[in-house]
Amino acid sequence: MANTDLSGAKNRPLSPHLSIYKPTLTMMMSIVHRVTGMALYAGTLLLVWWLLAAASGPNAYMKVQWFMGTLVGEVILFGYTWALIHHMFGGIRHFIWDTGHGFGPTEREWLVRVGLAGSIVTTVILWVVGYAVMGGSR
Amino acid sequence: MSIRTPLARVRGLGSAKSGTGHFWHQRLTALANVPLTIGFIVILVSLLGRNHAAVVQILGSPLVAIVMLLFIGSVTYHMKIGMQVVIEDYVHDETWKFAAVIANIFFAIIVAAAAAYAMLKLSFGV
Repeated sequence: MANTDLSGAKNRPLSPHLSIYKPTLTMMMSIVHRVTGMALYAGTLLLVWWLLAAASGPNAYMKVQWFMGTLVGEVILFGYTWALIHHMFGGIRHFIWDTGHGFGPTEREWLVRVGLAGSIVTTVILWVVGYAVMGGSR
Repeated sequence: MSIRTPLARVRGLGSAKSGTGHFWHQRLTALANVPLTIGFIVILVSLLGRNHAAVVQILGSPLVAIVMLLFIGSVTYHMKIGMQVVIEDYVHDETWKFAAVIANIFFAIIVAAAAAYAMLKLSFGV
């Protein structure tokens, strides 16, 4: 670099940040995609706890089952499944965008709406099926 | 003194000094994650409410264990890259950024090792 004097760097004008733009659905879905990704990152600890408990024995496994059965546990599990499915739908949308398609003003809105509705509907169906399965005699 | 042109030196490197490798690996694991996540959810729902003995038997069966191991590997690698992007976006202090990137790598490897160990123990051991 020819010029290493960065004394003026702090005074340069910054490009406008999020707060200056009108919130749009695509912007919100972009933020939610990142937030669900980070939530899933933390959620892998639950996966590890569940698998290690299964590998450890009946007593350890009973503790996991007890926790997942409490209201807090069920809310976390519901949130985790929604985050997982929402992030997956978001990823598929990004695959479509990666090919250069779906950027038109109506197409992109349509894509995020389908992603959001799809993730909610799929999660609810999953839990209904899950409860139906659990209701059976085991 | 290198005889390589400036373009040749910088080509494919970018701000992370490792080029587009992360971008490509993120897409590759994302593609793998789609069927593996569906498989994981099917396994999860089929295990709901079952007792320990049944869960051990199902998780330890070959097809289920292989799907779970692939899921663990692909997901932990995917989340390592994803969290690193978040760190590089929001942690501006070089020292903290370096520490966060290292902690992120360790976290992903520990999660992967612990989950994979549990799956292998369920498959071979107990």
